[in-house]
Amino acid sequence: MSLNTKKLAKNAWRVTKDRHLTCLRIRVPGGHLPAKFFPILQEIADRFGDGSVHLTTRQGFEIPGIALAATAEVNTLIAPLIRELEVDQGVQVPAPEEGYPAAGTRNVVACIGNRVCPQAVFDTTSLAYDIEKTIYPNNPHVKIAVTGCPNDCVKVHLHDIGIIGQVEPIYDPSRCIGCQACVKNCRQVSTGALRFHNFKVQRDAERCLGCGECVLKCPTGAWSRGGQYFRVVIMGRTGKKNPRLAAPFLEWADRETVLRICRNLYDYIDRHIDRTLAKEHVGYIVDRTGYPTFRDEVLRDVVLSPRAKVAGFFRPSGYLYDKSALAGQESHI
Amino acid sequence: MGSLIEAAALDELLRLLKPKYRIYAPVRLPGKGRFSDTDLIGYAEINRSRDIVFNERSYFSPKEILFPVNQTLFYFTESQWREPETDDREILVFLRSCDLEAVKRLDQALLHNGPYPDSYYQEARAKVKFVLMECQEEFEGCFCASMGTNESRDYAFSIRPENGAYLCDVREDLEELFGRLGKPREHEPAFVREHKNPVRLPDNPEAFSEHPFWREYSERCIACGRCNVVCPTCSCFSLQDIFYDDNPKVGERRRVWAGCQIDGFADLAGGHSYRRDKGERMRYKVLHKIYHFKEHFGVNLCVGCGRCDYACPEYISFSRCVNKLAELEDSTKAEANRKLGDTSAAVEVKKDVK
Ligand code: HEM
Ligand code: HEM
Ligand code: SF4
Ligand code: SF4
Ligand code: SF4
Ligand code: SF4
Ligand code: SF4
Repeated sequence: MSLNTKKLAKNAWRVTKDRHLTCLRIRVPGGHLPAKFFPILQEIADRFGDGSVHLTTRQGFEIPGIALAATAEVNTLIAPLIRELEVDQGVQVPAPEEGYPAAGTRNVVACIGNRVCPQAVFDTTSLAYDIEKTIYPNNPHVKIAVTGCPNDCVKVHLHDIGIIGQVEPIYDPSRCIGCQACVKNCRQVSTGALRFHNFKVQRDAERCLGCGECVLKCPTGAWSRGGQYFRVVIMGRTGKKNPRLAAPFLEWADRETVLRICRNLYDYIDRHIDRTLAKEHVGYIVDRTGYPTFRDEVLRDVVLSPRAKVAGFFRPSGYLYDKSALAGQESHI
Repeated sequence: MGSLIEAAALDELLRLLKPKYRIYAPVRLPGKGRFSDTDLIGYAEINRSRDIVFNERSYFSPKEILFPVNQTLFYFTESQWREPETDDREILVFLRSCDLEAVKRLDQALLHNGPYPDSYYQEARAKVKFVLMECQEEFEGCFCASMGTNESRDYAFSIRPENGAYLCDVREDLEELFGRLGKPREHEPAFVREHKNPVRLPDNPEAFSEHPFWREYSERCIACGRCNVVCPTCSCFSLQDIFYDDNPKVGERRRVWAGCQIDGFADLAGGHSYRRDKGERMRYKVLHKIYHFKEHFGVNLCVGCGRCDYACPEYISFSRCVNKLAELEDSTKAEANRKLGDTSAAVEVKKDVK
């Protein structure tokens, strides 16, 4: 049997352990799927697959057990979904009825955001669409995630680029009744950036994370929402070599900046990727070039907002799978 | 006098009043809601008729115009003090019937409570005129008709939007402006008469002061104080003496709103606190609103605006609580009657207290 596996994978189909079967991958940018598409998924699973659907960690679906011979027909079935979730959002897909044009750049995931969650400081799904439009279709293996607040429900700290909403809290002392709900709460659940002095609240802007908790707690509206900004963390990953949490890159960056660095990332990858390898994940490229090169290239032509800050160094926390670090059971006793 | 006034003419009227009046109305404050990308309906000065929000209840009440959240009473330095300067202009406030009745409750609490009127409130109060915003139907959780505050007539003029123009009942012809800018048109303002969830008051809720009834609220209430600060009739305040940081010989005394659900309200010197328990705070508030105030002033404090229900993050409903008290009273009376062996229905359970 003759099959170009590179082409198959690029079309978002998998090589599986069964030589005759494949598995369809469906991306759902921002993790929000119109329910009307469920019948299509069901039809594909029932008619072409084994009747099951796997929910992926990247907020997509995999439909296993599909005959390799059926890929073209199944591609036409998912065209309406690709049209609405990609083409209508501004993503360039040359021929939606031929399936996905690329799979290396992964689905942009997002927490449920302010369409539902009271803590979210912005609409995560809409930013996910804007990022999808900026980076997809593309082949480099890049994972981007968007979360509504520093609770990071979607685990952006395990992504190459993790985007966390920030809001600048604005204080109107003339509405403050000094109940200290904001002060106590910031200390308990966030950074302890607030201090009560002379019956009023002082915010340490250096400490403040922009979580918006103070706005949520204030009974009188003395705290309200100013501009929406983003904290960007980078190069978190799992994997066989060196799993690690992402480390801060930018804080108080505006939306333009976020989209721009997502795009610049691809130029950086193109310039530095090791082409002798089958594929190289962007985190390892940064390990090789060093953070300053990454920073300067990704921020090229970016006009940062006056409030924005850029990390001076990059020191992610993680570990190496170093076997010798694990003692045997005997020495434990 | 009834009057029909076009939007442009009302704008002109507001413009002509501006030099003499500060004009306040409920407005939409974009992005100022608690949650991201939500708006707040709050009170602010307006310039045009289209600034006024007619189709939603304001989250905060107009109380803050007469009784500011923070008010400097005087500035002091060593042996001298002086009161802050005040704005000489008069005040025009667009508000609804319940809120207009609420001002009368504030009058009781701040002007007629004890030998001295509150001079700060008195000064603002003397300058204010009201524009009644007609309620053609209730908002979620309103119960003004149950409290007898649905029909207030102490307005300079009333207003109702009607096909891009406004229908008014003019009682006080503000500088004869309506005669000039509007057209005569018979108009009688509408008032809300019925509620989806009417409220029935208990006769003697104090009888249940020690009842386990209140314990539910000990668990549910988080003492956030939203119910107090959104209420048009809460008039409690604390005093704060501020000594300025860079020169502590100079400072000011302020008064700021206080609320009986909030921690610290009943704290005393030495550390003792009355009503640490949130259920007790709920009891204190509810009885103040529907019982104790009336003992002093002859009317109930609560005007049924429904704001406290809407604002409570724990979905604690003040009106449901009052109705439950009334039901508790009914069942207690019925039980007492049954125990008396009085099956002849001679003792009637009193239902309507208003
Ligand atoms: C010239 C003499 C005094 C003046 C001008 C004065 C003034 C005040 C003032 C302004 C308050 C606070 C009221 C408030 O917070 O609303 C207060 C509270 C109080 N005073 Fe005095 N006071 C005087 C003497 C005394 C004396 C001699 C005693 C006791 C023997 C006393 C016991 C208290 C107590 C128990 C409180 C209540 C404390 C609390 O609410 O936590 N005061 N006084
Ligand atoms: C068991 C004894 C007492 C109890 C339970 C008691 C309770 C209270 C309470 C609840 C307040 C109101 C505090 C507030 O509203 O913030 C108060 C205020 C006050 N009490 Fe007492 N009190 C007691 C004994 C006394 C005695 C013996 C004196 C004086 C000799 C006194 C003088 C005052 C004064 C001056 C105030 C301040 C009034 C104000 O805030 O305007 N109290 N007390
Ligand atoms: S935004 Fe968050 S971290 Fe900043 S002051 Fe408010 S509660 Fe604290
Ligand atoms: S929660 Fe609001 S009213 Fe209370 S202290 Fe903070 S800012 Fe002031
Ligand atoms: S207690 Fe509630 S319903 Fe009554 S006046 Fe106050 S806010 Fe309105
Ligand atoms: S309900 Fe509480 S805060 Fe409001 S007026 Fe009464 S005692 Fe004061
Ligand atoms: S708003 Fe609700 S939770 Fe907050 S203090 Fe009032 S009753 Fe308690």
